Amino acid sequence: MAKFKGAIVVDTEKCKGCGLCVVACPTKVIELARDVNGKGYHYAHMANADACIGCSSCGLVCPDTVITVYRVKAS
Amino acid sequence: MTATTEINKIISKENLVYNKTSVLLDNEMHYCPGCTHGVIHKVIAEVIDEMGIQDKTIGVSPVGCSVLAYNYIDIDWQQAAHGRAPALATATSRLMPEKYVFTYQGDGDLASIGCAEIIHACNRGENIVVFFVNNAIYGMTGGQMAPTTLEGQVTATTPYGRDCKVTGFPMKITEMIAMLPGTRFVTRQSAETPGAVRKLKKAAQKAFENTRENKGLSFIEIVGTCSSGWKLSPVKSNEWMKENMFPYYPLGTLKDE
Repeated sequence: MAKFKGAIVVDTEKCKGCGLCVVACPTKVIELARDVNGKGYHYAHMANADACIGCSSCGLVCPDTVITVYRVKAS
Repeated sequence: MTATTEINKIISKENLVYNKTSVLLDNEMHYCPGCTHGVIHKVIAEVIDEMGIQDKTIGVSPVGCSVLAYNYIDIDWQQAAHGRAPALATATSRLMPEKYVFTYQGDGDLASIGCAEIIHACNRGENIVVFFVNNAIYGMTGGQMAPTTLEGQVTATTPYGRDCKVTGFPMKITEMIAMLPGTRFVTRQSAETPGAVRKLKKAAQKAFENTRENKGLSFIEIVGTCSSGWKLSPVKSNEWMKENMFPYYPLGTLKDE
């Protein structure tokens, strides 16, 4: 079991749906949504939230800096 | 406990590990989805924030996609004529030696029209930092051939691929710069993976530290993508870059004195 549990918050209106976070995520947490935002982009979201370890990889590679990452030690 | 409440518990201020730095403004970037410029802007803003030099930094923005960089990073900016950012940065750093001056240029700006400016600024060893974004194409004007375009690469002006007999060879600017005695730190980085972004951040930090210690010119080339110009998706662009750009433009530090 993972030592950390994490969660991300995506600013969905600013996300351009480039998908770079999807390939950067080591635990395959992120997917692009079927829905689109105001600009017509398929925004990123946590599809598999349980697997998130809060490693910040998605935040680092995001060109529009729309991802905020939180992390706690797993109890 | 349901999954949603568990997530809501994690999302609280004390558990925050990564968010947007305050040096980066809230304005929405005009760049295409997946553009490397966004990552580089973020890295520069984070380094400025961590070093606490926001009020002492002056950026010089180029002509190209990143001409509007002043809308995104909350520092003092100047906007230079096409390719002339090193000249403007020279004047700024000589008049205000206590400031951290950097230029931010693309390959059309630095390698083509501004080639003379950058070579001479590097040769003089001005106390500035140069960020050189190399995506092997003219992005803003619609994907024409740049001096750094690879052999055989299809662009708007080389529809059958770049023919080196007609248009010359792709220019390795960073290797040229590294030979000049005026430069102190010359490196080539990328920003496609979390590890690469961390390395780029370290290089940017070192470059600004060189400025603080009055060591001379630091030059950072960033091999980036232009998904609109290359006509690939952002993820495919990164793959294309790894396959084609990295063999010709190998990553690593060429000079660190």
